[in-house]
Amino acid sequence: MNERETLKQTVLAIAGANPRKCMKCGKCTGACPAFDEMEVPPHRFVSMVEEGRVEELLGTRSLWLCLTCFACVERCPRGVVPARFIEAVRLVQVRCQGQNHLKAEQIPDALDEELPQQAIVSAFRKYSK
Amino acid sequence: MTFSYYPGCTLRTKAVQLDSFARKSAEALGVHMQELDEWQCCGGVYPLAKDEIATKLSSVRALAAARDRGQELLTLCAACHNVLKRVNHDMQTDETICDRANRYLQLPEPYRGETTVLHYLEMLRDRVGFDRLKEQVKNPLTGMKVAAYYGCLLLRPSNVMAFDDPENPTILEDFIRAIGATPVVFPYRNECCGGYVTLQKKEFADSRAALLCRSAAEAGAEAVITACPLCLYNLQRGADENLPIYYFTQLLARALGVEEEAA
Ligand code: SF4
Ligand code: SF4
Repeated sequence: MNERETLKQTVLAIAGANPRKCMKCGKCTGACPAFDEMEVPPHRFVSMVEEGRVEELLGTRSLWLCLTCFACVERCPRGVVPARFIEAVRLVQVRCQGQNHLKAEQIPDALDEELPQQAIVSAFRKYSK
Repeated sequence: MTFSYYPGCTLRTKAVQLDSFARKSAEALGVHMQELDEWQCCGGVYPLAKDEIATKLSSVRALAAARDRGQELLTLCAACHNVLKRVNHDMQTDETICDRANRYLQLPEPYRGETTVLHYLEMLRDRVGFDRLKEQVKNPLTGMKVAAYYGCLLLRPSNVMAFDDPENPTILEDFIRAIGATPVVFPYRNECCGGYVTLQKKEFADSRAALLCRSAAEAGAEAVITACPLCLYNLQRGADENLPIYYFTQLLARALGVEEEAA
């Protein structure tokens, strides 16, 4: 297996979902509250994973803007679970040494009086390892 | 009626009110919330990756502790509820995750998803009953127009959460009616508030929240209720002073006449 294929297989294994079921209807993107800020919206994200273009997805804003709100999952007519692919690529990135997107040093500046602990814990789960 | 109760970290810190109003109201309704002897943070978000086990263990411990007591597990924070319920579903349906989690934990008795996880709202609807709640109301919030903000975590994914219809939920509106107020349905009630993205992209989260609040206000809401501390935070940033955002438990406590005691 070449590197490109290995990376794709890693993403599929972490995601536990099948991008080939996608019929490219775009409903996921229509439901996504963050799609217009993403350079790769969910329906294209799924296609690019299927095409083995994981390398191009690393470092995209889509990884950090996905809210894991599951609107795409709920509304996909094919049970593709787009959010799982975004999660998987995000993990491929943050599991690498030095690739954390959120660092402990950034926290003091991000805090305010009202911010609930839940926000910090959740962001660390999503953005760092 | 006695339940095991999992409060979660945020209800011990920034969101003490969500918890204290719930406990006082439960007392008034004859419901006993027995906090688990030990519990750890659920992590805030459900670990979606198939190969993540360690991040699911704190939930499994809590679920097993309730099982050992022979009780249903009551949750209140929408995020904890989402995590516990989904991990429980994994333990019931995903053999690999279940086996690996049990091998880590080495519990005296392996855990296989026996516990029923109930959100406080489900407890009100399915165990107490909204009719009985209505009978217990001392100060009905007559005339108050309240919009229910569901957000994501209580509803999705609906095949696992089995909480309500994910596109057209009614449980919070029924709750609002039971406490004597008037529900206001608004189009963005099950759209994301911006969630944890507020930590890194404030403008993005703030614009989401502002959109939601405008939508609620335009529909005629005088107040918005939520079950999630992070939704409350985001919505409060998006609302103006004419639109207070409350935990649903505060209005419950108000209607039951125990708001002052709990505050
Ligand atoms: S909604 Fe589902 S089937 Fe349609 S494009 Fe998105 S992932 Fe593919
Ligand atoms: S889970 Fe992510 S990709 Fe899916 S709709 Fe929500 S923000 Fe968009």
